[in-house]
Amino acid sequence: MLLYSQPLELTKLVHSLDAFFRSSLSPFWATLVEGILIGIAILAAYALIALALIYIERKIAAFFQSRLGPNRLGKYGVIQSIADMIKILIKEIIHVNKIDKLLYYLAPFFVIVASVLSFGAIPFGQSLQAVDFNIGVFYVLAVSSIGVIGILLAGWSSNNKYSMIGAMRSGAQFISYELSAGFSLMTIVVLSGTMQFSELIEGQRYCWNLFNGHIPAFIAFVIFLISGHAETNRGPFDLPEAESELTAGYHTEYSGLRFGFFYLAEYLNMFIIAAIATTVFLGGWMPIQIKGWDAFNQVMWYIPSWIWFFGKAFVLMFLSLWVRWSFPRLRIDLLLNLEWKYLLPINLVNILVMVIIVLSGLTLADIFPAVFGK
Amino acid sequence: MTNSSLFVVVLLTGITLVAAGLGVAMLLSPKSTNFQKGEPYECGLPTHGTSWMQFRVGYYLYAILFMMFDVEIIFLFPWATVVRSLGMMGLASILIFIAILSLGLAYAWKKGVLKWT
Repeated sequence: MLLYSQPLELTKLVHSLDAFFRSSLSPFWATLVEGILIGIAILAAYALIALALIYIERKIAAFFQSRLGPNRLGKYGVIQSIADMIKILIKEIIHVNKIDKLLYYLAPFFVIVASVLSFGAIPFGQSLQAVDFNIGVFYVLAVSSIGVIGILLAGWSSNNKYSMIGAMRSGAQFISYELSAGFSLMTIVVLSGTMQFSELIEGQRYCWNLFNGHIPAFIAFVIFLISGHAETNRGPFDLPEAESELTAGYHTEYSGLRFGFFYLAEYLNMFIIAAIATTVFLGGWMPIQIKGWDAFNQVMWYIPSWIWFFGKAFVLMFLSLWVRWSFPRLRIDLLLNLEWKYLLPINLVNILVMVIIVLSGLTLADIFPAVFGK
Repeated sequence: MTNSSLFVVVLLTGITLVAAGLGVAMLLSPKSTNFQKGEPYECGLPTHGTSWMQFRVGYYLYAILFMMFDVEIIFLFPWATVVRSLGMMGLASILIFIAILSLGLAYAWKKGVLKWT
């Protein structure tokens, strides 16, 4: 591990905090304090990323449509989303009459907890990762699918036809595209031979998985972006909340902060998809490294790892916004056809192609070990 | 800290976020009760009947197909991790596995499950 003195790298801060608590407190209290600190850090990052994303999305959408976007509050409207957050916090929470109370109140919990759980597994930078399971990829797939339970509960319990139709569409769409997301991530697991995020990133030091697996990896990358985009109910795939036919879909009956949680989770899920794609395909927080060019590598390491991570993730999020504001909405049967008749069969063949490439030594790292090898 | 205890920390963080947020919102937000306000929002028209009724079967067929392939994903992930050491035998055995499941998809496709009428 190359470690140069970087002024903005948070790794040293994390390690020195850990060492400080371990040395000055008893093991139980040290664990407790660290747990609380990790929780606060996750909450802060969660809220900050959501606020930043909402602002970025509104600004970029405005530019795509030749508008100005938010520009009144602060320079270029940067504090607009903070004002919106305060507004949504003090909005009245309307009590609806004929709902299924328990499920109605439970739904935001499911949606938010699913996104926080997968958020915790994302490696934001060197040692900036809360949960590093050795089944990381599988864990993220598993916990992110809890979110669909929340959406179905919200739609069912609201006792509203729009909510019901929206939730059913969302459920069908989510579970269908989850298959593609799973299979395309599996293609990379075949290539790298590990499911742990830290090992995945370490394995991409000299060659990103996207290039290492060339053709099948590229197909998997495109499929993952499409299915991730569909899983978050955005862009041309936003049928569950198609406002012209379903008002607001599954969260029609939710008001105030309860609605705010659905909104928050949607933006965070977009970030999580971009972050997973960055980590699995584009080398995560690892700076660009070229074998043998030590001076160049050292300069690259001087940029903090979390800036690399957010830079790569932002490129993917921009792509997602670009798609969202450029294409018309699909019809539900076309949407499900795209998954079951095109993406899924392509994916199944793609995995087998990847296995053949890995076994016959045709990955870039195998062909050019001097340049791309580990 | 171990990964499992960190998982619990993250889980509690998520629950706290929703609970605390709702608590603050309850304190800050105005309250007023009005029967009309609590009616289901269906664009101004009075609600007709309940929405807890039978729903089209197409969605459930997709859910059943999903079950099949989701279980396949669970089986395939451990295989994908060790495929380098399994070699050609691993490829051959999984080829049979995927072929059988693809037959299932092909059958459903032929039967018109994927057609939306």
